[in-house]
Amino acid sequence: MNLTLKIWRQKNAQDKGKMVDYQISDVSGDMSFLEMLDVLNEDLNNKGEEPVAFDHDCREGICGMCSLFINGEAHGPDRGVTTCQLHMRKFKDGDTIYIEPFRAKAFPVIKDLVVDRTAFDRIQHAGGFISVNTSGNTQDANAIPIEKDNADKAFDAATCIGCGACVASCKNASAMLFVSAKVSQFALLPQGQVEATDRVLNMVSKMDEEGFGACTNTGACEVECPKGISLENIARMNREYLVASLK
Amino acid sequence: MALDSKTPNGSVADKWTNHKNKINLVNPANKRNIDVIVVGTGLAGGSAAATLAELGYNVKAFCFQDSPRRAHSIAAQGGINAAKNYQGDGDSSYRLFYDTVKGGDYRAREANVYRLAELSANIIDQCVAQGVPLAREYGGLLDNRSFGGVLVSRTFYAKGQTGQQLLLGAYSAMNRQIGRGKIKMYNRHEMLDLVKVDGKARGIIARDLVTGAIERHSAHAVVIASGGYGNVFFLSTNAMGSNATAAWKVHKKGAYFANPCYTQIHPTCIPVSGDHQSKLTLMSESLRNDGRIWVPKNIEDAQAIREGRLKPTQLKEEDRDYYLERRYPSFGNLVPRDVASRAAKERCDAGYGVNKTGEAVYLDFASAIMRYGKEQANIKGLNADDDALVKKLGTEVIANKYGNLFQMYEKIVDENPYETPMMIYPAVHYTMGGVWVDYNLMTTVEGCYAIGEANFSDHGANRLGASALMQGLADGYFVLPYTIGDYLAQDIRTGKISTDLPEFEEAEKNVRTQLERFINNNGTHSVDYFHKRLGKIMWNKVGMARNAQGLNEAIEEIAALREEFYNDVKVPGTMDGFNQELEKAMRVADFLELGELFAKDALHRNESCGGHFREEYQTEEGEAQRDDENFAYVAAWEYKGKPSDAVLHKEELEFNDVKLVQRSYK
Ligand SMILES: Cc1cc2nc3c(=O)[nH]c(=O)nc-3n(C[C@H](O)[C@H](O)[C@H](O)COP(=O)(O)OP(=O)(O)OC[C@H]3O[C@@H](n4cnc5c(N)ncnc54)[C@H](O)[C@@H]3O)c2cc1C
Ligand code: SF4
Ligand code: FES
Repeated sequence: MNLTLKIWRQKNAQDKGKMVDYQISDVSGDMSFLEMLDVLNEDLNNKGEEPVAFDHDCREGICGMCSLFINGEAHGPDRGVTTCQLHMRKFKDGDTIYIEPFRAKAFPVIKDLVVDRTAFDRIQHAGGFISVNTSGNTQDANAIPIEKDNADKAFDAATCIGCGACVASCKNASAMLFVSAKVSQFALLPQGQVEATDRVLNMVSKMDEEGFGACTNTGACEVECPKGISLENIARMNREYLVASLK
Repeated sequence: MALDSKTPNGSVADKWTNHKNKINLVNPANKRNIDVIVVGTGLAGGSAAATLAELGYNVKAFCFQDSPRRAHSIAAQGGINAAKNYQGDGDSSYRLFYDTVKGGDYRAREANVYRLAELSANIIDQCVAQGVPLAREYGGLLDNRSFGGVLVSRTFYAKGQTGQQLLLGAYSAMNRQIGRGKIKMYNRHEMLDLVKVDGKARGIIARDLVTGAIERHSAHAVVIASGGYGNVFFLSTNAMGSNATAAWKVHKKGAYFANPCYTQIHPTCIPVSGDHQSKLTLMSESLRNDGRIWVPKNIEDAQAIREGRLKPTQLKEEDRDYYLERRYPSFGNLVPRDVASRAAKERCDAGYGVNKTGEAVYLDFASAIMRYGKEQANIKGLNADDDALVKKLGTEVIANKYGNLFQMYEKIVDENPYETPMMIYPAVHYTMGGVWVDYNLMTTVEGCYAIGEANFSDHGANRLGASALMQGLADGYFVLPYTIGDYLAQDIRTGKISTDLPEFEEAEKNVRTQLERFINNNGTHSVDYFHKRLGKIMWNKVGMARNAQGLNEAIEEIAALREEFYNDVKVPGTMDGFNQELEKAMRVADFLELGELFAKDALHRNESCGGHFREEYQTEEGEAQRDDENFAYVAAWEYKGKPSDAVLHKEELEFNDVKLVQRSYK
């Protein structure tokens, strides 16, 4: 395949940044999207130009490090996958592909396609945990049976990879899906109950403070979430929040 | 320096308890005055940082990713072992200990392995208390599954995402301490050197990967939890950023590096499809429970398949060679990883490979689909002779068990594995070698510790599945926080360590010089170009099967490649900002040294054991031949300027509680 790539280049957070065109040839359908960028970068490198910076690590859809807004969609056109799992066979010879960073006020650009998503971490510092000592003096794990259905739902919520696609695809840049996934995981487990009130209040207020927008229930986040985190979690968090605010 | 493992006396079952009772403690009020640096925030580093902070130490934690949650541990799929005996099938600390020592081909330290087995049950309690959603049965109790090589069901799991959930547990414990200000987290920071003052580890030089700033950080102790070095092969199942730099830099500062040649090759990975390939993807081992592994019996058929003239499904049963079932009738497709991997390579080398490059074998679910389908038809009272119906029912069962893996395979390979057999090939997966540590997890540099995959300690030559996660968490939550106190107790009056000391100055200067050298080099080839070439040498000559000739060649070739790299590598951009090529250059520079030591270690070990297979040392049937008489030791290498000059130190291994026997899976 021969492709035209229009890629966002931005030297650093202060730089204004612009789209730059690149031509790439001999792209095979077996390549992942990131491998295609590797080939482009090798080429740029050989020409003495600076390669395009982009985030990635595991390249198997689990670390949540890769990002990229591809042709107007977070993680590109394929459903239920991250960018590292997107393969070039989803594109056609001669295509023009727009590649941009995840844009949101709370995710400042670091360079080119790399953004700073540490706001997610800071929300977790505000309450994304159960306060138990890591001393090894905990009670036997089977002492509190957990209904399988709840355990499975907690697990489903816990599979969020913190990629930020939900934020990038939301017109308000809201982090509700991400935060609700964490709140739900603990809300569904007996161990998480004790601190439930503080947790939801603190995490939500931190989320606002970090500059994420409000949720207007448009559902774009759920559609683009590579892990299928469902809107149900937002509903659960809203209930938790309401109960907590009334306490 | 003579190696002293500091293994406590007494019976193996009492060693840890006795040791804990005797080691020095630091008064809680004094812990506030002590700083500890933790490099790496995977399962090992994350759990250690959280626990040390909770005990009261001031912790500075470093990782090169943007968040601790993304450490490579997140990718572990299968599960974590623990001797809970919830299933009542006779499991115990002793049994887990025994299986692990045997699985490591008797090349691990007995006392460490016993402690690991002993602590395993605590890990599960701890994680569940933290809200880690491990799989449960309908009764609400924790579920287990069975992993290859053992006869009990002791593996805890969270679907195919066990590592993710355990890491998020450790990360949440960290978050709590970060929120309290007890851990200072340095994201996107890479440790580039260790600083020693008066022979003790007293700090590190790190680079802020965003601004490029080179920073000095001091502490009373330094903990290396930087993971494994599988990426020395370029292609492996490790994350792209996984690297050896932190471990290698402490090695260069005096920490011995042990057993570098022990590498685990995983048999069920998706084969390489072309030169563009950046990494390999693991398909969980659990697939071997139902998949049958085969290649064509006739070489002409293999050729026809490679050329696309024949489909695997067209090949009759009698024309297929189920080589594992043929060679190992009792374990069949479930032989341990090293055995399965070598057998696949043997068939492919003989010309029976089934993909374009000839480096793949089939993993076939057709008979499992029919078997399950028949069972379902009988249960449901449907016609078990209706093949189409049976196939449909069987496919549903398989989809329930392995659906996400099949989907992942289809995404990557673009073939439907329900219809046509999967293609698999072995890939580098896990490194059992690493920084040598004593029973307290201290390296040969005083005050420098190594935990998790970065150390060598518990796995011997052939780690079984589900034990690396266990080791990472045992080290981080339960071992290091105790043993480090023994050392730090001497430091309560030391006070803050200044970063103005000449030792910091010099280390910083060295780091800066190396960075500048790369930026100003103006060579002709990218870092990846050299890394790929290193990977080819490693795979071809230091890979799954090795011989003296190939190893000697590899040693020379790697040394020459290293020279070429320094002369000819090109790193664009500057060093005072975000520069991913520069990051890679620093990492590959270290791989180019480690690779050579790796080959040297493999060359000196004139035996085959677990993950280390020397072609010269095999039984008549082609199985690994250990030499317990001469090689029942840990090979710990001391750095002397060049890998070729490294000096070997031996820690003789003693086995008092298990008897050394030949492993047999026939
Ligand atoms: C695909 C796959 C599946 C696996 N499945 C299983 C399984 O089912 N069961 C099992 O028991 N094991 C499994 N393993 C093995 C297991 O995952 C690893 O051994 C284990 O997670 C390693 O943990 P760690 O904490 O030692 O290192 P890692 O998780 O690799 O963490 C390393 C940390 O060090 C940091 N770091 C590295 N270098 C530097 C530096 N210079 N400066 C600053 N920070 C640095 C990184 O940022 C990271 O935070 C699997 C491995 C792979 C690859
Ligand atoms: S909710 Fe989905 S899209 Fe949002 S961070 Fe989590 S995995 Fe990514
Ligand atoms: S690189 Fe890890 S999810 Fe894409």
